[in-house]
Amino acid sequence: MKDKVITLGHGSGAGLTRQLIHDVFDSQFHLPALDDAVHINDRIVTTTDAYVVQPLFFPGGDIGKLSVTGTLNDLSMSGSKPAFLLASFIIEEGFLIEDLRKIVASMQKAAAEAGVKIIGGDTKVVEKNKCDGIFITTSGVGFIEPEIDLSAKNIREGDKILVNGTLGDHTIAIINARQKLGLEPPPKSDCADLYEIVQILLRSGKLRFTRDATRGGVATILNEIYEETGLGIIIEESKVPVKDSTSAVCGLLGLDPLYMANEGKLLAFINDADDKLIHQLQEHHLGEEASIIGEVTLAVKGVYLRTAIGSLRPLLMLTSDPLPRIC
Amino acid sequence: MDLQKYRQPDLINHVIDDIKKHTASVKFMEVCGTHTMAIGKWGIRKLLPKKIKLISGPGCPVCVTPSSVIDELSKLKKVTIATFGDLLRVPGSSGTLEKARALGLRVEVVYSPMEALELAKQVETIFVGIGFETTIPGIAHTIKIAKQQNVSNFSVLPACKLVPPALEALIAGEETKIDGFLLPGHVSVIIGSAAYNFIPQKYGIGGVVTGFEPLDIIVGIKKLLENLDQPQIINEYERVVTKDGNKNAQAVMFEVFAVQDALWRGLGWIPNSGLSIREEYAQFDALKKYGLRITDIPENPQCRCGDVLQGKIIPPSCTLFDKVCNPQNPVGPCMVSSEGSCAAYYKYER
Repeated sequence: MKDKVITLGHGSGAGLTRQLIHDVFDSQFHLPALDDAVHINDRIVTTTDAYVVQPLFFPGGDIGKLSVTGTLNDLSMSGSKPAFLLASFIIEEGFLIEDLRKIVASMQKAAAEAGVKIIGGDTKVVEKNKCDGIFITTSGVGFIEPEIDLSAKNIREGDKILVNGTLGDHTIAIINARQKLGLEPPPKSDCADLYEIVQILLRSGKLRFTRDATRGGVATILNEIYEETGLGIIIEESKVPVKDSTSAVCGLLGLDPLYMANEGKLLAFINDADDKLIHQLQEHHLGEEASIIGEVTLAVKGVYLRTAIGSLRPLLMLTSDPLPRIC
Repeated sequence: MDLQKYRQPDLINHVIDDIKKHTASVKFMEVCGTHTMAIGKWGIRKLLPKKIKLISGPGCPVCVTPSSVIDELSKLKKVTIATFGDLLRVPGSSGTLEKARALGLRVEVVYSPMEALELAKQVETIFVGIGFETTIPGIAHTIKIAKQQNVSNFSVLPACKLVPPALEALIAGEETKIDGFLLPGHVSVIIGSAAYNFIPQKYGIGGVVTGFEPLDIIVGIKKLLENLDQPQIINEYERVVTKDGNKNAQAVMFEVFAVQDALWRGLGWIPNSGLSIREEYAQFDALKKYGLRITDIPENPQCRCGDVLQGKIIPPSCTLFDKVCNPQNPVGPCMVSSEGSCAAYYKYER
């Protein structure tokens, strides 16, 4: 790769991250798959993820809850039932034990609600200014029925693309809390365990593939799908659920909800999605604003957005984090 | 504000039908980078008849910031540089602030100059003062507060620009034949629509101040077409822009800053188009505090950002576009800025 040093862009989840994984990690590790969760065998699935959010506590969650739900979601997206977690902590000298207690309690609460046990971990303390408060890594194990196969290769022309609710909420909550923008009421992160939503989709018998739309957002996943399958995708802007408050802040900062991180939203490819399935999702509190936002089609090559005014434009993969603009 | 009423396809198609009745072949310039992005994002170019050409102007503050600003900042090892995000990836002559940060330069992204002032209460901080009239009053206000609070750790690198003198230089240059301007909404909130009256009076070209929703832009184009024979400045953004602008903002701007000539990346020196910090606030002038110099450094000769900014070419006409130059490897600033013309074409119109 061209770059000589790591920049923040390499952690964006977008093109630079993919390039880094491909050129540095996969070239040595020869990974069996680059999915968020991997199969150990036809019954056991595992995953790992690191969490470095600032601020540590934000409306709708904290780094502890995030570190549990994020890893559980990676397992759930494979169609598995999460069962066990391991958690590692890197803590900065001077960190308040009271805050650590709050974070750990939040982790236990999230795990217990999901019926998952935290069975082990590790603790390291580093010198002042050697990390930003606390970093948490969680690894998870889940069990899967052998007949379940949720991979991108299952996607077919005509599949409908669905999200379970409004996009961009986590990013806006974090920006507001971090930058003290003073939005009232403060926007809340959508940080949540999506297991039950995946199960509703699985029970329909129509789910081909699903992924939680974290870093890089929906647009990045759609582009990954296009690269992997060669199938075109058209998204209808008017169907994409976005809160008015999120939309307003995005307009102000020049950000696009389709590229922003979510922590409680998934993108699902459904064979022949119907109103009944959407209605079932909408009855769940994490799917109240579920919407079919687009379709897999051979009519285009690439990922396209039909704008609210009817024109069609490409929806590209970003290379790096979107940056807030000046004016 | 309910923006949906400015996005109704039926209404927009109705205005497009009106536009199609005009037979003139015209070239209109959208001065502002946010307009450029909105035109791409909404796919507006594809809705218009081919005889109407929309070209981008110099209205992206990041694009017109000289590379020497990046170079000078990159030398500052013992001070924290506070900047708006979109300057991070703009290339100087030897790299970007983002890459310099990875090698140890202290760079913090801020969302407002006041955030930089708060940072200065902890560490020596220099705020990169780029932007047009939209952002200048906020920067001026922050410098005033810094003086009131006697924050000695704070300074501003004054690289702000004024839009009307740049437009005048562009028109007077006569290299770009423009039939009308879509004038910037945000800038106009501060300076008012009357600030552009010199354009029809002196040069016989019309302009419409518009907002950033698709209906705003399309109605702006329709008004320009309707007034080709009687060029004037029309304010189609009355929901936020007045004739005389925001007098308080103008007052704070000129209390702290004085008008001077300024160097625009790709355009060169333009008379009376920049600002310097007045003597009363000299203690906050980073140019003086750190001995920095904004100079005209030769750019990559193949990069045509200068021609793009003047509306002489559209981005795909540059030989580097989408070959050597892309958002991952931007050669010129128009490809890196989120408001840049090349980035807009790359993202929306390839």
